[in-house]
Amino acid sequence: MTGGSTTTVGHSFPRMEGRAKVTGQADYIYNMRLPSMLHAKVHRSPISHGRIRSINTAAAAAMPGVHQVITGEDVKAVLPEPYYGPAFHDQPILALEKVRHFGEPVAVVLAPDPHVAETAAQRIVVDYEELPAVFDEVEALTSEAIVHEELKPAGTFADLKHLSGKRDTNIALDFHLNHGDADKAFAEAAHVFEHTFRTQQTMHTPFEPMVALADVRNDRAEIFSSTQSPSFVRFELSRLLGWPESNVRVKTSHLGGGFGAKVYVKVEALAMALSLIAHRPVRVAQTMEEQFYTITKHPNTFRIRSAVDGDGRITGRKCEVWWNGGAYADIGPRVTQKSGFTAAGPYDIDNIDIDSFALYTNRPPAGALRGFGIPQLVWAYESHTDIIASELGLDPVDFRKRNILRNGRPQAVGTIVEDGEFEAVLDGVAQRLGWNRPFDKGSGTKRRGRGVAIGFKASISPTTSSAIVSVNADGSVIVYCSTVDMGQGSDTAMAQIAAEVLDVPLDLIRVVNPDTDVTPYDMSTLGSRSTFHMGHAVQLAATDARDKLRAMADEVGLPEGSNAPLPELFIKKFGMRAGTVVGAANYKPDYAPPNYETGQSPNATPFWMIGAAGAEVEVDTETGQFRILRLVNVCDIGKPINPEVVETQISGAAVMQLGFTLTETMIIENGQLTNPSLADYKIPGLFDMPDVMENGFIEAEQHNGPFGAKGAGESGTFGVSPAIANAIADAVGVRITEMPITAEAIFRALREKAGRPLEDV
Amino acid sequence: MSGHRRTITFTLNGRDVAADIGVHQNLTEVLQESFGLFGARESCGQGLCGCCTVLVDGQAVTSCLSLAAFADGSTIDTIEGLADGDTLSPEQEAFIETGAFQCGYCTPGFILMTKQLLDENPEPSDEEIMHYLSGNLCRCGAYAEIVKAVRLAGQKRKA
Repeated sequence: MTGGSTTTVGHSFPRMEGRAKVTGQADYIYNMRLPSMLHAKVHRSPISHGRIRSINTAAAAAMPGVHQVITGEDVKAVLPEPYYGPAFHDQPILALEKVRHFGEPVAVVLAPDPHVAETAAQRIVVDYEELPAVFDEVEALTSEAIVHEELKPAGTFADLKHLSGKRDTNIALDFHLNHGDADKAFAEAAHVFEHTFRTQQTMHTPFEPMVALADVRNDRAEIFSSTQSPSFVRFELSRLLGWPESNVRVKTSHLGGGFGAKVYVKVEALAMALSLIAHRPVRVAQTMEEQFYTITKHPNTFRIRSAVDGDGRITGRKCEVWWNGGAYADIGPRVTQKSGFTAAGPYDIDNIDIDSFALYTNRPPAGALRGFGIPQLVWAYESHTDIIASELGLDPVDFRKRNILRNGRPQAVGTIVEDGEFEAVLDGVAQRLGWNRPFDKGSGTKRRGRGVAIGFKASISPTTSSAIVSVNADGSVIVYCSTVDMGQGSDTAMAQIAAEVLDVPLDLIRVVNPDTDVTPYDMSTLGSRSTFHMGHAVQLAATDARDKLRAMADEVGLPEGSNAPLPELFIKKFGMRAGTVVGAANYKPDYAPPNYETGQSPNATPFWMIGAAGAEVEVDTETGQFRILRLVNVCDIGKPINPEVVETQISGAAVMQLGFTLTETMIIENGQLTNPSLADYKIPGLFDMPDVMENGFIEAEQHNGPFGAKGAGESGTFGVSPAIANAIADAVGVRITEMPITAEAIFRALREKAGRPLEDV
Repeated sequence: MSGHRRTITFTLNGRDVAADIGVHQNLTEVLQESFGLFGARESCGQGLCGCCTVLVDGQAVTSCLSLAAFADGSTIDTIEGLADGDTLSPEQEAFIETGAFQCGYCTPGFILMTKQLLDENPEPSDEEIMHYLSGNLCRCGAYAEIVKAVRLAGQKRKA
């Protein structure tokens, strides 16, 4: 691996925390214990929608060893407005008056022994008046079941303000984009296509389950959490408590996976409230099952229509997307808008209408999950693209290239694309697949097919990152930043950037785990934003420190360009090994918010993430069983800070999306989730890997990125699902429109195509 | 919960130890609460992910499904006992060099399984590696790198 003119950035150093991870010593918050701590176990709603008539805690409270039983009313007694959420203040710390989804936290038992707390939590008896529930995002538009009587936007996002106080609706955000004149394009089109696609509800299943410990005493709240958002947790808890942010400390560690599950507030508000009431440290540690009730990935329905001219150019596109946000909005309205504006795909289309709706339903809440809505959109628009190509008799790659978005052209949101290598990414996949070579399509009952798909994402804007870089008198360096390393290798990337700027060896750099008493503000570790935003902040802070060191060298009379070692410089200045040189910086890229009426913005994102996939499959026509013979993933990630870590991000993202494509689905029957465990919710294992998997990135540079880099954590998810569906269609001529893609779905489609449909069971 | 306690003795990473345990406690909990060893960690709680893997009498077991009481008289090895002082084992070195982990939560389980595999079969094929490790899950999806790590560990053990 070469790094060009850089000595540290661009080289594949092993992860800094590798030794701690292979020896079992890495510290995760799940492993943390506090003196005199109580364990919290949650009693959850068994129904999806209902009024709480009464909660009987007597039997639980009477159990030997129980410290206290706490309900929503107890929380309300100490925190008068106990509702939280980044977009809406809609989520109660513990249910108040109503429950809105199965698995919602209703009461908590605190005990020094977790087994006692768990047994006692089962002895709580709640009497509900059950209400009609709605689970489907399209039905939620017109359903008589209303999840929230009144909408309560948090006030943070301008485009939600008009929803304040709205009643009798399940729509938590309507986003509209108009670019050109879509009606005219459809009226003049040679061909018009319309399809509807759906995706299912899935869950992140981070292996370190969500966990927070809270110690709230004497106007001081200390929170230890496996969170991706230490700064936001501090902000939200200080708001709930009515305290200055300096009275709230949020500390985290390495995370045992996050994938978006641990952004914003999850179990921290509950832990804080319990400790505030009990005057003791409290640990709220979820089980794998409980995670399924806490946060999920949006299911969605997407109706997409295209107008195409006689030359195979897409002239117009209308997109209607309904996002199933579950019972609490979490960050769903941002998925609706931020992903919504890319719903027409990475194509140069002059006339676009997009309507994107966030819906409340009585499912567990949906929020961010690796891709933030993009994989659900790409599933639809890239399946749709292949159907069009097929019906027009065009090669799927050629058809895409005929329409692909190019630098210098406006994306649907009105922002001119820069440093977006769409075509090169698509070519990268086609080349690796050998697209122009003959392909063996199999024979008899074993048929083969291949497919491609390309997706893209805007970075989340406007967001800020801050960093401090301090240089010790011995020449070693400490980087303080609130980016959370959850496995993506950010500590290593930040250290490489600081080492590069300061020209010190990587092993002299230490990156401090986020601790809001110590590390400065960061919006959050999400949306593949850290390398770009925090990378910038660290680069600027390190440059600030370097400038100060140069000034110090001048001051002590070292000649310009002197290579005096840093320890010598400090001794010259302070007379002994003493002193610290501190560099600091804030970074916030430029941004222009979209117009509410048209959705248009001249500067909607500082960079574009692009990912394409290619798949080769073999389908058994007698059973619908299929194998993925080859899966290729190629992304534009700018210039990599650490090429090998980037490659594992791309492959890891693709493997995760493979699970969402093939096996993972939350099955809800009669208002109950039937499979909240790894026994019945099947995530990918070693034998689920494609026979061959290739991952890579193209030569590219993000001109405004730190050392030319941009985000890489999600791009590998984008193309996987539709590439596989397209390959299956190529193999056996059936089109799967709803995820997951199962052998049963293919078999049913094959029977349908043969005029012998299977009966539903 | 109270009253049902007993004392067990066993060999833990080469040392004779004793612990006062509740009969309902699983081995993961006792390793964590009595010995401060957190390398074996409960995740799925059903013996499906392999994050809680330890070796009992040389056999890999999911400690979240093993009652601690049954460990009485046994020999238990955990990830914490694998390195020789500051010298990492060949399996640990191989996982670092191939980048065979991301978040690291499942890594101790995979490394212990790798050690047991290579003890039994010093030159496994890729198919044998996959079969042997198929009871362990990695949500970060580092499977390709893990298979490479096992191969490299096999080479290092021969060197």
